[in-house]
Amino acid sequence: MGFATNLLNVICYVPLLGALVIVFLLRKEQSAAIKTVATVVAGLDFVLSLPLWFLYDPAGPAFQFSYVHDWIPAVGARYHVGVDGISVLLILLTTLLGFIAVYSSFTAITHRQKEYYVFLLLLQTGMLGVFISLDFILFYLFWEAMLVPMYFLIGIWGGPRKLYAAIKFFLYTLFGSVLMLVGILALYFYNSTGLKAIGLPGLGHAPTFDVTELFKIATQIPPGVQFWVFLAFFVGFAIKVPMFPFHTWLPDAHVEAPTAGSVILAGVLLKMGTYGFIRFSLPLLPDATRKAVPWVVALAIIGIVYGALVAMAQKDMKKLVAYSSVSHLGFVMLGMFALNPQGLTGSVLQMINHGLSTGGLFLLVGIVYERRHTRMIADYGGIAKVMPVYAMMFMVITMASIGLPTLNGFIGEFTILVGVFNRSTTWAVIAATSLVLGAGYMLWLYQRVFFGEITHEENKTLKDVNLREQWTLIPLIALCFWIGIYPKPFFRILEPSIKRVVEVVDPGYLNRPAFELPTAPPAAHTQEH
Amino acid sequence: MKDLLWLIPLFPLLGAAVNGLVGNRRGWSRRTTSAVALTGSGLALAAALAAIADWAASVGTAAVHVNRVFTWIPAGFGHTTDGLLANLTIDFALRIDALSAVMLFFVTFVGFLIHVYSVGYMHGEGERPYARYFAYLNLFMFAMLTLVLGANLAVMFVGWEGVGLCSYLLIGFFFEKDWCASAGKKAFIVNRIGDFGFLLAIFWTVKVFGTVDFAALQAAIESDPARFAAAATPIALLLFVGAVGKSAQLPLYVWLPDAMAGPTPVSALIHAATMVTAGVYMVARTNFIFRLSPTAMLVVAVVGGLTAVFAATIGLAQNDIKKVLAYSTVSQLGYMFLAAGAGAFSAGMFHVFTHAFFKACLFLGAGSVIHACSGNQDMRTMGGLKKHMPTTYWTFLVATLALAGVPPLAGFFSKDEILAKVFAAGSGDLYGFGTVYLLLWALGLAGAFMTAFYMFRLVHTTFHGEFRGTHEQAHHLHESPKSMTVPLQILAAGSIAAGFLGMGMFGPKLNWFEGLLHPVAAPVEIEGHHVGVGVEWLLIALSVGVALSGIWLATRWYFGPEAFARPQRFAERFPGLVTTVANKYYVDEAYDATVVAGTMKLARGSWEFDARVVDGAVNGARHLTVATSFFSGLFDLNVVDGLVNLVAAAYGWASRGLRRVQWGVAQGYALVMTVGFVLMVAAALWLGR
Repeated sequence: MGFATNLLNVICYVPLLGALVIVFLLRKEQSAAIKTVATVVAGLDFVLSLPLWFLYDPAGPAFQFSYVHDWIPAVGARYHVGVDGISVLLILLTTLLGFIAVYSSFTAITHRQKEYYVFLLLLQTGMLGVFISLDFILFYLFWEAMLVPMYFLIGIWGGPRKLYAAIKFFLYTLFGSVLMLVGILALYFYNSTGLKAIGLPGLGHAPTFDVTELFKIATQIPPGVQFWVFLAFFVGFAIKVPMFPFHTWLPDAHVEAPTAGSVILAGVLLKMGTYGFIRFSLPLLPDATRKAVPWVVALAIIGIVYGALVAMAQKDMKKLVAYSSVSHLGFVMLGMFALNPQGLTGSVLQMINHGLSTGGLFLLVGIVYERRHTRMIADYGGIAKVMPVYAMMFMVITMASIGLPTLNGFIGEFTILVGVFNRSTTWAVIAATSLVLGAGYMLWLYQRVFFGEITHEENKTLKDVNLREQWTLIPLIALCFWIGIYPKPFFRILEPSIKRVVEVVDPGYLNRPAFELPTAPPAAHTQEH
Repeated sequence: MKDLLWLIPLFPLLGAAVNGLVGNRRGWSRRTTSAVALTGSGLALAAALAAIADWAASVGTAAVHVNRVFTWIPAGFGHTTDGLLANLTIDFALRIDALSAVMLFFVTFVGFLIHVYSVGYMHGEGERPYARYFAYLNLFMFAMLTLVLGANLAVMFVGWEGVGLCSYLLIGFFFEKDWCASAGKKAFIVNRIGDFGFLLAIFWTVKVFGTVDFAALQAAIESDPARFAAAATPIALLLFVGAVGKSAQLPLYVWLPDAMAGPTPVSALIHAATMVTAGVYMVARTNFIFRLSPTAMLVVAVVGGLTAVFAATIGLAQNDIKKVLAYSTVSQLGYMFLAAGAGAFSAGMFHVFTHAFFKACLFLGAGSVIHACSGNQDMRTMGGLKKHMPTTYWTFLVATLALAGVPPLAGFFSKDEILAKVFAAGSGDLYGFGTVYLLLWALGLAGAFMTAFYMFRLVHTTFHGEFRGTHEQAHHLHESPKSMTVPLQILAAGSIAAGFLGMGMFGPKLNWFEGLLHPVAAPVEIEGHHVGVGVEWLLIALSVGVALSGIWLATRWYFGPEAFARPQRFAERFPGLVTTVANKYYVDEAYDATVVAGTMKLARGSWEFDARVVDGAVNGARHLTVATSFFSGLFDLNVVDGLVNLVAAAYGWASRGLRRVQWGVAQGYALVMTVGFVLMVAAALWLGR
């Protein structure tokens, strides 16, 4: 067992181990020790995930760092983990945000600290498990397991309506994932014995839940079966994304969740849905995917514009950011369902970008919330004067979020829109209006919070961000600039994985003659008119 | 140096980083801050001059020289319009050619002067705001230089949005004042509407050409114009939407007058000399696309011509000294587009060039005046400043004459050339739109009259006559420090000299400026048509005459003992007209009532919908479930459990009933037995029939 084969397991279970250490070795009064252990574990996990970035070989096999072990042979479920370019980026995002979430909670969480950090670390294992699983049962296990710590994070450390939000989040997601399970079982039976009760034929292969095995039969699945499985997956993933009209659990969950919960929720949890689409729906159900394009695109575009409009009407900062997420995730879905390399690459990049910038925005809101215990925009105003560094950081993240060139959001949106425009001018035109709307709601938010005179007496003595708070944001800001200025490594790591998806979902796409631009040197500079 | 073009924007970027990240936090002394900022912009100027010299000397001014710095966006494969596979890779590449060299020169030159001027102008600010100001100003230089040097549409877009950001930050520099912050936001959002068009143009270009590189695009178009003619119209029009936003043309001009909320040097640099001309530069940069589409050319000309006159009329009735200059800028930008739309790209660029000098001079002069009047900008309470601030006055007067188009100052040459080119387009029936171009020429001439009028109205009310402000203000009047007057003098000198670079050549011969730009932005030639020398002289006489009559009228109305009496009477006679113009035709109010209010209404409506309907459905499902389970509970309690209880109860009833049977009287039992027996026998008999 070498380094490469165990790396993913180590990354995935180090947080679990950390959680166990806290549970069994520390008493709840030892809050400093609990924080230290949690921080070290989360930091270590991030460091451990870094080799993926350097060692993942885009020219190599589709899934790397694989580890396979028999698990439940009776049903053909195996413990199979492995990563491609897409999951590598999402794992790095998860470990980074996981660390930041822990690090940002030191002063925000004052009661039941032990359980809090335990749940954060458990959540981390659950999320990482989702991104490394290549077996449906394993995937489903992690997918459901992740819900529990998040449920408690919102339900215990949340705001005034925490129970409503936590239960809504839990039940809504559970509802979707049960349908997803039905879809998984249908695929499983179709691949093996079939299911006579519902008239589902079978291919007679050895029963397996292994996704890489199921990829092989993607083109043989009849359209009728694909349709139902796609629909089942769609409900499960679309709720998680969340796509319009399944999004209303998100604002509630965000508003009530503690800061770190919101960061993880926006940064990573929402990506589970989009990840599900690109990992399973597209490559397993290419026919149904192609047929679903107009419907999914319609919902995505509605989400983009509608999310932006609703964000504009918000009075609560967190709710505003939550609705902006609906809009941004609409972009991710739109790019994905352009089903071409540009749209898909942009889509995955935008998942990362959204994690960075929206994660950053929630951290920023958390910083003033901790000082003033209000998220209402109207309770602020003019605070750029007392918190200049905070104002500057907020400005950078705002610009990243609205897609200013040299920051990450631009790269994602640009690549997505190039791909989308390639497929349909109309889609691109409607989606691009959100560039204006996005600038509208974000700059309006900024103006109401930071500019003008200070109207509330309490705000005159607000303390600017301290060093720890700055360091929760600096990595995010640095990454925003990196992706904005030199995104080439990100494109490089994604390229082969995206290509594989395109080859399944639109087999003819890349088999066209190459376009040649006429380059004859211009004759004299006199004009032909 | 021509291979190190990236150094030019990098210097001010570093200056911005140092002042923004360190100076702004530590609250450095103003001296340190200005040293950093001036080094940043000064090195940019030096590097730009070196690059231009190197480029001109080593490859010649006719050549295009491109630096590929690194691969920026390797976006991957897509299909082109003809269904072929194209791999889109966008380089971060910079380019120097005649067009960018011209921009490079005046942007760094004027930019540096305005940095110097700002040292004096902003000295009253606190240390931190002072550092913030210079960080933004340096950042602006970085963005503007990126815009100018960009070798493809995407890199140009980086600078394009970058200058928009800096404009936003600097307009809202005095952010404690809510109207400044609002003006900044308005500028950004209106610009974004334009950027929306620019972006779509980029996507369309990718779809058709598979690249966004200027050189590749030009080569492709010039080798096969017919193939790309159809795509040229939408691409050019969308690009122009971007230009309309950035260069404040109809109908997106509304942000620029509000942008005057920023510090005056900012108005001079960003909202007069450099950034707002980016739209013209972009049209000239992509002229190879525009010239393929007569429709787009006509749209450019018409929008430019209409804006030139429209904004000039508003300028006639403004009382804020900076607002007059702002509408004047909008109007002059209109002239530049008018030229481009008539195919005279170099004439448009020439006006960009000369305008940079005299308009920057005017704004800085206005800044000097405002500085002296303790922040007052209302011309009605100025007057007689000539004797208090002679340097400001003389430089302002020179720049005014240049703008009014009085020979031999810079504005005369450039504006006259534009009008001549538009006239030629009209008389030569360019694209078959001859009549339209002739009408636009007439509009341009009318605009020139108004320009001369409103500028001299400004000069007379501000500098001549008696001071009309308070005693306190009068006491405070003073000439500005050297750091402010020296830039004024240099810019005034530029306003005199710059025009000679494009001194008119009669007939088909090109002037020096045109000749320089010819390899990259040649005018659209009208076959077999040349305006005769006699006609050219006539046109010159006409435009000079128009300018002089404008000056004459303004002097009659606003100068001497009878000053202000005539405009007073005019306003009394046409109150509706004067109020409408003074209120800028209520365009802002109309936009607020329609677009802004409409969007807000839509936003609130969507939010209501989301809370009531979408989330309502979710909560409805929840209530339904809860209700169902409540009733299930009742059912369970009453029906299911009830059945169980019913059985038990039935036993109870039955046993209670049956208990009666056993009442313990033997005769009774015998009677029952007998009756039962009889009944059984009867039944057996009846059944056995």
